[in-house]
Amino acid sequence: MKDMHEIRLTVNGHVHQLVVEARRTLADMLRHDLGYTGTHLGCEHGICGACTVILDGAPVRACLVFGVQADGTEVRTVEGLADGEQLSDLQQAFSDHHALQCGFCTPGFLMLAEAYLAEDTTPLTEEQARELVASNLCRCTGYQGIIEAVLATARARRPGRKPADEA
Amino acid sequence: MIQWVGAAMPRKEDRRMLLGRGRFVGDLTRPGLLHAAFVRSPHAHARFRRIDPAAALKAPGVQQVLTAESLGDPYLLATLERDEFVPTAMPILAADKVRFVGEPVTLVIADDAYRAEDAAELVEVDWDPLPAVTSIETASAAGAPRLHDHGNCLVDLLMFDDDRLSQIFGTAPATVSATFRSARVAALPLEGRACLAEWDDRDDQLVMHVSTQVPHQVRSGVAQALQMPERSIRVIAPDVGGGFGLKCVVGREEVAVAAAALRLRRPVRWIEDRQENLTAAFHGHEQQYQVRAAFDAEGRILGLDAEVDCDTGAYSVFPFTCAVEPLMAATELPGVYKVPAYRARGRAIATNKAPVAPYRGVSRPQIVLVMERLMEKAAAVLGLDPLQVRRANLISQDDFPYTGINKITYDEGSYRESLDLAEQIVTDRAWAAERDRLRAAGQRAGIGYACFSERTAYGTPAMSQRRMRMTPGYDTAMVRMDPTGEVIVTTGTCGHGQGHETTFAQIVADRLGVHPGQVRLRQGDTDLASYGWGTWGSRSVVIGGGAASRAADVVAGQLRRIAASQLEASPADIELAEGVARVRGDANAAIPIPELARLVHFQAHRLAEDLRYGLEARATFDPPGTFSNACHAVMVVIDPGTCAIRLHRYLVVEDCGVVINPMVVDGQVRGGVTQGAAAALLERVRFDPEGQPVSATMMDYLAPTAAEMCAVDIVHLQTPSKFSETGAKGMGEGGTIGAPAAVLGAINDAMSGTDVRFDHIPVLPQDVSAALSGAGATS
Repeated sequence: MKDMHEIRLTVNGHVHQLVVEARRTLADMLRHDLGYTGTHLGCEHGICGACTVILDGAPVRACLVFGVQADGTEVRTVEGLADGEQLSDLQQAFSDHHALQCGFCTPGFLMLAEAYLAEDTTPLTEEQARELVASNLCRCTGYQGIIEAVLATARARRPGRKPADEA
Repeated sequence: MIQWVGAAMPRKEDRRMLLGRGRFVGDLTRPGLLHAAFVRSPHAHARFRRIDPAAALKAPGVQQVLTAESLGDPYLLATLERDEFVPTAMPILAADKVRFVGEPVTLVIADDAYRAEDAAELVEVDWDPLPAVTSIETASAAGAPRLHDHGNCLVDLLMFDDDRLSQIFGTAPATVSATFRSARVAALPLEGRACLAEWDDRDDQLVMHVSTQVPHQVRSGVAQALQMPERSIRVIAPDVGGGFGLKCVVGREEVAVAAAALRLRRPVRWIEDRQENLTAAFHGHEQQYQVRAAFDAEGRILGLDAEVDCDTGAYSVFPFTCAVEPLMAATELPGVYKVPAYRARGRAIATNKAPVAPYRGVSRPQIVLVMERLMEKAAAVLGLDPLQVRRANLISQDDFPYTGINKITYDEGSYRESLDLAEQIVTDRAWAAERDRLRAAGQRAGIGYACFSERTAYGTPAMSQRRMRMTPGYDTAMVRMDPTGEVIVTTGTCGHGQGHETTFAQIVADRLGVHPGQVRLRQGDTDLASYGWGTWGSRSVVIGGGAASRAADVVAGQLRRIAASQLEASPADIELAEGVARVRGDANAAIPIPELARLVHFQAHRLAEDLRYGLEARATFDPPGTFSNACHAVMVVIDPGTCAIRLHRYLVVEDCGVVINPMVVDGQVRGGVTQGAAAALLERVRFDPEGQPVSATMMDYLAPTAAEMCAVDIVHLQTPSKFSETGAKGMGEGGTIGAPAAVLGAINDAMSGTDVRFDHIPVLPQDVSAALSGAGATS
């Protein structure tokens, strides 16, 4: 018998009510039950970060969270970043700085950076950006474009402020 | 006139990926979709007598349990037409014997992926374990357990020999010899393998969506294994989350899922998980070189003698075979150096490990490492500067086109120039002074270089030397203009992150005088494109792009003739630019290209008979191959306490001929360098002595994060190739090829003052620590 639970959550502002098996991961629930396939699965054991989503403001590995644990939460996925068809500044910076190649890890990096930039408004140094980006794995780019995109977005969102290492 | 080739155009691919609207196999679903899970061997080597599926068949949601017997024992067979080659049929599901941990034995199909995995655990198999061989040494030993009836050596080829070598080595002023080793590594695309197969009654076809680099070869493999005509299979590669060679061969899982969909007449999907990917997919680069080289007093190489052994795992991969690594190594070892006398023997040794596929760079990271270490060793013996020894041997401008001792003809490159420029930049940026400061502060710091070329765009003239039964090389493109003037290009190449939708559009846009935004590349669909060979071996922009530019030239000729007929001019005087066909030198005589397209499609009767129905063309390109080249320079810093090795500075001077899109090229270089540096510092697939994989998660198999990398500076030289339509050379693997040698050279430079030198990769902190604790100091 499947151990089923009824839950309710908000994803990118849309309320979803569904019945989900206890063991189903948040990632599988988002992808296959709710159709948010932009969240990708690279390892399913919490290392690569491709499945990173924002849960109540914090970046989480959606492969390490059960769907039932998201009951009553607000989730943001990559599908929620753009304003309609208009790319967000962070998404645009990823394209401008060639921060993606195959694109499979990209949603995870976007959500990781989005969560960080929303929470921490102190100026970002290159070293800090590198450390942030080191949370997830990309096999294509060598990370340089991702670091540049995150830095460029941070600087644009906080005009007039310079990180300590550039003062 | 606007030229799109050379522009750092943003990629067309980016938008859908950034919006989360990429379409990977795992994102596809179908009504009534079934899910596949494989029962895999827990033993490295074993026979089995009986498979009992009863408990699995009773499990909730299970539709079917398939075995080799129930499928009729299908297999994939890759063959070289050489007497020295031993073919090894790779069963789709093992029939009575398994040869590595993870080999698929049974396929469970259920209505839910979780339930399929549950049921797979209920399948019972009576195992009879056999002793396993897990290294070249143990597999080659007398009396070693045999994987296949004919023994463990699957290829043994003396590719080159020279009677003069014994005399050369007997009289040379200096000889060096060493054994070099590189660890088994995993390509580790972030998206594992994946496949969705379904029968389509209307088209009378099995339709397969596969995460692959080679859709046509998947079609051929499935057709051969399941004995179907190729037209009754359509393979589509949707967005593919990285390949790096792991997906340029056909997986038995893909064939098994195809067989299940055929049998059940229901859509079946299989998504490889990371543990399967690290244990049961394909590996690469586990090689050993026993090499000696003779030098004169000025450091010129006089003779080279190499024994190359490649641990090829349990089976030949389809279609490349297990010879892909030893053949490439033995053929291309001399690299960018002028070697006058050469002997090379290459062997492929079967072991109880997953099969080896042509992972990024194939054997070139190893052969470059070998040659660079030989140059450094000769310099040490002769008391010369290692860069001078390299210069004494590099193929130079006067030599091109250069045909080497290996009978390969190298097109023009900048081998000396790239080294000179790299050294100049390193000097200008005072790397040596920085290294010395770091050393004075108690760190171990070192600088390394690697000079190399990257043979790319292997057409059939090059590939036929291998004598594969399925010989790859050419590719075909169709270019078609629609009635609104938009352009559709199809190719058999199959980009998966390299930006082909953008770069091919740039190439075609220039030929047709339209904006790249009006050019759409369609790839990765066997029903859409002519038979082609996919994307690997840094072939796509040269071969697929070359075919597209040839076809576009034909369409451009059609446009010119039609425009000439309307403007009462000669076709030779018509130029196509900025969306307009115009008479050269006459600003008023012009027709928009969409107007010509409309005319051809909707007003054909107004055109002369020979101008009607045009605006499409098909062309093929099959080049001999072209060599890009580069020089890498790197500084590493080794912590004296932890022996952790950190990349500190990285410079690439590279020459891939005409650069189609510099942003894309730089991205390929940086990604390649990251994989190559990680092969030198981090990555190794490990097994215990019984053949159990012990690096089956991303916790245990260390892929590099941003924290392990440093910024990679890139400088371009451009020596256009005469062997390519666009002047471009392939460049997808160079970063991975050069980085291990450069990083190893830097580590060895950091060992200055001791007698420690390393000839293997990866060099781990424990290697440094152990070596230094037993090391003597040198003056």
